[in-house]
Amino acid sequence: MEDLSDLYQEIILSHNKRPRNSDPLDPSTGQADGNNPLCGDKLTVHVRNTESLLEAVSCDTDGCAISRASGSIMTTMVEGKLITEVERLIEETKLLLTGEDEPEVDLVQQGDMAALIGVRKFPARIKCATLAWHALEAALRGNDEASTE
Amino acid sequence: MKDEETIRSEFPILDKEVNGKSLVYFDNAATTQKPKAVINRISNFLSEENANIHRGVHHLSMNATKAYDEARSCVAKFINAESDNEIIFVRGATEAINLVANSFGKNLLDTGDEILVTEMEHHANIVPWQLIANKTGAKVIPIAITDDGEIDLKDFEAKINERTKMAAFVHVSNALGTVNPAKEMIHKLKSKNIPVLLDGAQAVGHQAVNVQELGCDFYVFSSHKLFGPDGMGVLYGKHNLLSKMPPYQGGGDMIEVVSFEGTTFREPPERFEAGTPNISGAVGLKEAINYVNELGWENIEKIESSLLNYATEKLSSIPSLKIIGKAKRKVPVLSFTMESAHPHDVATILDSKGIAVRAGHHCAQPLMKRLGVSATTRASMSFYNKVDEIDQLDEALKYVSKIFGD
Ligand SMILES: Cc1ncc(COP(=O)(O)O)c(C=O)c1O
Repeated sequence: MEDLSDLYQEIILSHNKRPRNSDPLDPSTGQADGNNPLCGDKLTVHVRNTESLLEAVSCDTDGCAISRASGSIMTTMVEGKLITEVERLIEETKLLLTGEDEPEVDLVQQGDMAALIGVRKFPARIKCATLAWHALEAALRGNDEASTE
Repeated sequence: MKDEETIRSEFPILDKEVNGKSLVYFDNAATTQKPKAVINRISNFLSEENANIHRGVHHLSMNATKAYDEARSCVAKFINAESDNEIIFVRGATEAINLVANSFGKNLLDTGDEILVTEMEHHANIVPWQLIANKTGAKVIPIAITDDGEIDLKDFEAKINERTKMAAFVHVSNALGTVNPAKEMIHKLKSKNIPVLLDGAQAVGHQAVNVQELGCDFYVFSSHKLFGPDGMGVLYGKHNLLSKMPPYQGGGDMIEVVSFEGTTFREPPERFEAGTPNISGAVGLKEAINYVNELGWENIEKIESSLLNYATEKLSSIPSLKIIGKAKRKVPVLSFTMESAHPHDVATILDSKGIAVRAGHHCAQPLMKRLGVSATTRASMSFYNKVDEIDQLDEALKYVSKIFGD
């Protein structure tokens, strides 16, 4: 089935096998847990940031390949970016994964995240892909929990 | 005895295609499929016989009342209750447990009292007890299980003490398939006069249940896991207990006389059935029971035990797969984990092959924690499944291993 190979691309499987930045950041300035109560995916995002800059980020995930890969890819995309830029990326990614319209993928902008676009054809799995991003948003806002529900 | 093809042809949904493949339905522990007889019966009731019950002197209402009462008798016979009045129709197993916890548990329990459950309970048999424990100051005490997924009988005996006021445990585990030694456990509890509720949600679709032989005070199940409609369920309670219990909900049908000075309530079962019940659901449940009775438990158990054995053997031979739950007595439920593939990924890939399984914690988070897993994939079978389908599952799981490089 073609959609399935869209979902489980090499990039996803590689991030799943060896998630980047998965060791909890220490010291950190903020953290948030992400929980998907429906399926039990759990992750923790740590951030170290100033008012304007996200210096470092980690995401430690106990969950499926999609949630692990999404968290891992996220860390590589947002690390070292200006907070305003990170916020824009969060919004764009949410749109990419859940927006009504089929997104035009700017491969350069979205980087490896574009590989997750296959999840759009698997409605039951979209929340797996957005969980880390919700947690990142919560960590930056000083909330300590994000949920997909 | 009907042959495999005849049985399968009686369940219309089994003909369906999913993702371009013929459906392999291995999610029977979540809900079972419905035979044509049940679908037709409900449809017929709604098109030809529909009326409210207990309220009319007109023809249709009297007949509907009769059909509803007959469904009650049918259930009473099915689980061998002493009388029809011991059968209360509810929404499902969950509502039945909540009813007992609130109506029976609230008066019974006091600060420091203990409610025994097990580590393998469905949340439906944990949370209602926790809620009532919070109100009364009682405590919910879990009985340990073994690594194989059986109740640790030593721990069971050790946990019974003079503070134990209630016991509620699962007859057959939804997550592991374990059939618990309910009769022996109930015997032990009753020798100490401890009331027992048995959660039979996963038992009634796989084996004959005899509440008098089991000796339990309460038995609960849902119609939708017994090839009947959803939104329908059963609470069995011993008459001497039910007759002393206060109403759970108030409304029509459950009263004798209502006045603003005070209201008197009817005897069980009506006392616990406030409002218009699920009449078509009761009628459908009766038809489902008729279907199962006609097929016969002996035949069902024979088919299911060969499916279980075959599936266990097949799946055990996949190196990256670990079966969770190896009790000596099981219904055909296989929970498992794979080395690199998470249960959700497994379920998505199986779905792409038309195979429906459940992935997750199966509403049994404490059990998952006890077993050291965050989730499992569960293939749960019924008598209408076939060996071919297990072969397809086996193939698909090998494909999962390939994708994930196990
Ligand atoms: C063991 C067990 N108990 C209780 C329930 C709750 O049943 P229902 O959701 O039909 O009320 C289930 C359903 O999954 C179950 O498997």
